[in-house]
Amino acid sequence: MDLLTRAVRGLAGRLVRLVLLLAAVATASFALMVHSPVDPVDAYVGGDIAAIGPEQRAQIAERWGLDDPPLERFATWLGNVAQGDLGRSLSFNQPVTEVVGERFLTSLALMATAWVLSGVFGFSLGVLAGMRQGRATDRAVTWWAYTLASAPTFWVGLLLLYVFSVSLGWTPVCCAVPVGVLADDVTLLDRLHHLLLPALTLSVVGVAPVVLHTRHAVIEAMASDHVTFARAQGESTRGVVVHHVLRNAAAPAVLLQFASLGELFGGSVLAEQVFSYPGLGAATTTAALGQDVPLLLGIALFTTVFVFVGNQLGDLVHARLDPRVSRDLARARRPRWGRGEPGEPLLDPDPLPPPVVPERAGAR
Amino acid sequence: MTAVLERPGRRFADRRSRTLAYVGLSVLVVLGVVVAGGLAADAAQTTSLTDRNLGPSAAHWFGTDRLGRDMLARTLAGLRLSLVVGVAAAVVSAAIALTLACLAAVFGGVVDRAVGWLVDLFLALPHLVLLILLAFALGGGTGAVVAAVALTHWPTLTRVLRGRAREVMSSDYVAISRQQGHGRGWIARRHLTGHLTGHFLVGTVLLFPHAILHEAALSFLGLGVDPGEPSIGILLAESMRYLTAGAWWLAVLPGLCLLVVVKLVDTIGSNSRALLDPRSHHL
Repeated sequence: MDLLTRAVRGLAGRLVRLVLLLAAVATASFALMVHSPVDPVDAYVGGDIAAIGPEQRAQIAERWGLDDPPLERFATWLGNVAQGDLGRSLSFNQPVTEVVGERFLTSLALMATAWVLSGVFGFSLGVLAGMRQGRATDRAVTWWAYTLASAPTFWVGLLLLYVFSVSLGWTPVCCAVPVGVLADDVTLLDRLHHLLLPALTLSVVGVAPVVLHTRHAVIEAMASDHVTFARAQGESTRGVVVHHVLRNAAAPAVLLQFASLGELFGGSVLAEQVFSYPGLGAATTTAALGQDVPLLLGIALFTTVFVFVGNQLGDLVHARLDPRVSRDLARARRPRWGRGEPGEPLLDPDPLPPPVVPERAGAR
Repeated sequence: MTAVLERPGRRFADRRSRTLAYVGLSVLVVLGVVVAGGLAADAAQTTSLTDRNLGPSAAHWFGTDRLGRDMLARTLAGLRLSLVVGVAAAVVSAAIALTLACLAAVFGGVVDRAVGWLVDLFLALPHLVLLILLAFALGGGTGAVVAAVALTHWPTLTRVLRGRAREVMSSDYVAISRQQGHGRGWIARRHLTGHLTGHFLVGTVLLFPHAILHEAALSFLGLGVDPGEPSIGILLAESMRYLTAGAWWLAVLPGLCLLVVVKLVDTIGSNSRALLDPRSHHL
């Protein structure tokens, strides 16, 4: 019961914060769009100035309410947004919510694959480098990570595109599905085949921070007292890493991985441009190039929610992996931790008694 | 750490001198690129219709593009543009960060909360989306890109500086200073600036790579500098159409140069940090 109210209260607090944040983002981005030198009617008509006369222009402006003062327009827009109506996208000629929904699902497959890949690779490489601190492996991995951190995403994409699609011909050059095939005939394998290279690009570029932070955490854990103690008991290096280091290193890596959703989306904008992958990132570019203000505003709001959810999930998972993060959360869950800690009590030949956990938390 | 264990005389100098030499060399290379880029500005725009789409050779080290322009000259000019944009953006961003962090630390209370809130707001959107919004709102073109990149890179540095400034402000000597009747401005000048200078300078240099990469990304998407100017992003965007025809040199070499320059600037930043704050470099 107590846990339930706590969870509800936590959720309500997060929701309020999200709503406040969205209101701020909406206000700021609307203000930006209003002050943009781009004329919406021109953007709608396209480059052809002769296509419509001044009367028609005035009609369009009136229909869109462009003559109203900005504050009034903002109020109308905000009212519509609150009802879930983000307006109509000019470049896709569809409601913005539909465009964002469809495109995001396509992007989600790409981003999720890249996210998992970069998490797994980054974590393994980081653990490897941390285990062999100062040796050749460590130096190579660290150098590689720092180099990748300086590499432009789209350049990595172009390299992979040239090597695997143009030279070797292993992967398709563009798009999310084969060209000229009906939507119903596209198999899952086709989709995966098209997804492979963009996802690889994103994960190769996204790997660097995870590697470096994991390495740092592993080195710190390897130098801690409980590892020295385990070594004194005769634990091998592999055993030390598996039983005593992995979990300590996993917490920051997971937090980082969740917090990097914004970067991931930014990367997907670039990767989707390189591979002509029709996701939300490509839609962002299209919207900006096509001066599609409603879609841009919709994407701004949507990505805010995306990043916010990522951060909150990261906090939750982090708190679960490392009970010290938030004391009161950990206190509420301590009985469960005592039973389920996968590292020490289950696998150790001589299980530590349960009171050790509160003792360790109390010592901090 | 390892330097202690090494036999003396194996290396020509101690670690500190080596780092200094490395930083100096990197600065020289970066400056060289800027100068060379300025010299190559004309060659970058000279078309020669007889040497179109040539691969790398002795005459054209980086090959030529579809109009017969020398890619080496274009790359150098593009790198110069990137570095100039990077410098402008990093300096403006760092100045914003320093101002906000000092205001937050010195005045505290509402100001501190407002700064924290502003940082959160700027970090709420994916950075690239924010850049696209700003570049779009400012009307596109080179000026808009510089402004957009400059106005969005301060939040992380502000966080670092604010944390550091808060530490200083809560120390005993600031409390004593306050007791002696010194005003906020005096404390900020005498106690805060000295502690923040190192972090600020290193932070500015470390903003460079991000600024350069974001400028290239925006230009690559077609939202950046004017298409006529040779920016690395634009070179790579143009190269995309010729990639399937096998013109690998158009994409690989300019991108590689950008990577090298960004990494050089990054090494300058992290090595300076190692010199200014050795504790941060133990791991």
